[in-house]
Amino acid sequence: MKLFGRINLAGLATFCIFLLLWEGFARASPLLQLYFPPVSRILLSLCQLIFSWELVGHIVATLGRFLRGYLLATLLAVTLGIVLGYFKLAYSLSESLIEFLRPMPSVAIIPVAILFLGIGDAMMVAVTVYACAWPILINTIAGVKNIDRTLINTARTFGLGRWKALRKIVLPAASPYIVTGLRVSLAIALILVTTSEMIVGVSGLGFFILDEERSLRTDNMYAGIFLVALLGYGLNRLFLVLEKRAMAWHRRMTAGEQI
Amino acid sequence: MRLLEVEGLSKSYRQTGGDSTLAVHEISFQVDRREFVSIVGPSGCGKSTLLMCIAGLIPPSSGTVRVKGVEINGPPQNLVLVFQEYNRSLFAWRSVLGNVLFGLEVRGKISREAEEKACHLIGLVGLEGFERHYPWELSGGMQQRVAIARALAYEPEVLLMDEPFGSVDALTRLELEDTLLRLWKDLRTTILFVTHDIEEAVYLSDRIYVLSRRPSRVLLRMDIHLDRPRNQLSTRSDPKFVELRNEIYRQISDEAIK
Repeated sequence: MKLFGRINLAGLATFCIFLLLWEGFARASPLLQLYFPPVSRILLSLCQLIFSWELVGHIVATLGRFLRGYLLATLLAVTLGIVLGYFKLAYSLSESLIEFLRPMPSVAIIPVAILFLGIGDAMMVAVTVYACAWPILINTIAGVKNIDRTLINTARTFGLGRWKALRKIVLPAASPYIVTGLRVSLAIALILVTTSEMIVGVSGLGFFILDEERSLRTDNMYAGIFLVALLGYGLNRLFLVLEKRAMAWHRRMTAGEQI
Repeated sequence: MRLLEVEGLSKSYRQTGGDSTLAVHEISFQVDRREFVSIVGPSGCGKSTLLMCIAGLIPPSSGTVRVKGVEINGPPQNLVLVFQEYNRSLFAWRSVLGNVLFGLEVRGKISREAEEKACHLIGLVGLEGFERHYPWELSGGMQQRVAIARALAYEPEVLLMDEPFGSVDALTRLELEDTLLRLWKDLRTTILFVTHDIEEAVYLSDRIYVLSRRPSRVLLRMDIHLDRPRNQLSTRSDPKFVELRNEIYRQISDEAIK
């Protein structure tokens, strides 16, 4: 399998021109360089930071929080979403609460998390779980509600019990929706980890970016930002590769492949 | 003891507004081992409702369904229902083989033997070589063949079929009818078949129960003594076939005029 698929040359060229313009403007105004260093210097500091192992600890910290938050959110939201989508009573009981909490910007929960969990990993992971859970939850509920009645009846006529049907029928039938939620939450997880690291962190890329800004080491600050961007890009790529494998049946089905 | 007994089965639905409509009214009939029994009635007469009650998927309002003398309460172990909407009933995330294995998996038989059996059935329905395909890659008729193989792999005592050939084109339909008759004979299974197509019912069955319009009740019971194996050309042009078809048609249309 090709990892990057077809390469968009024109798009890549635009991106390079953007970097070149940045480089040019920054070099043209030395006074501004403290705030706006040339790309080449940013990349240089990025390399130095990585090879001096200064950043590795931060990357590991951020990735660790990201993974814990994202996976925990997946587990919780998929389970809860299946229950709420499948059992009408459970959904009508919780509908108002969901509609109230969902539109609230998730960062607003940070002070509450600090209050309860103090400043530390637990708090950052909790905030990430909270924010990531929504898109997964909403999509899982929609996916389960959309399952054809005939499919459930088929499972029942084969004597499949209600609980077994959740795993064998409901979960795979709703999986295209669930995956959509997972894809949205991927970006959200990284946002929340970085944000909370900026607010309460003593490690992690979010902390590093803000710390370097406060020390007026803007080269390093931008290097951190580049790294977060690369991290987001890489995680998204990885997700797409996994999705392509796991959901091959759905992708080919919706593409209308027939023999 | 009868294999399947339906006694005084009624089903009414509560409508929005509180009134209830009667869909099925006091239906009684029996099916014996290795019989091919059809239920014929006009569209919307409650045939599917009746079959859903027999399959234990919805509870009847009154009356009983007994399988080998045991009254059912929920989907019984030894019946399987094949739906008209094959594209909604097959598992899109499972291959043809995975679909056919489903019933065996539920019974906890995941073994080399189960897989061989599933492959054998896939061959019997004429889909050899398509084991690794996904259902949505196949034509409608082939999909319904998968659904039939999946149901048969479960080894039900009675195979219930709800207008299984209602969504395929006319030629495919004739092919599927003959495949079904062959399977029914070779596997010595029992089939309860619901259709609105009078000719299809006469062609396939040993016995037919004709239902009235809503609320449906049994208008008449008709035994079909046509020679087997049946043949799309000779059976359908047999004067006895034509007579039986006309008789059923007369009954249904007379009832409509009343």
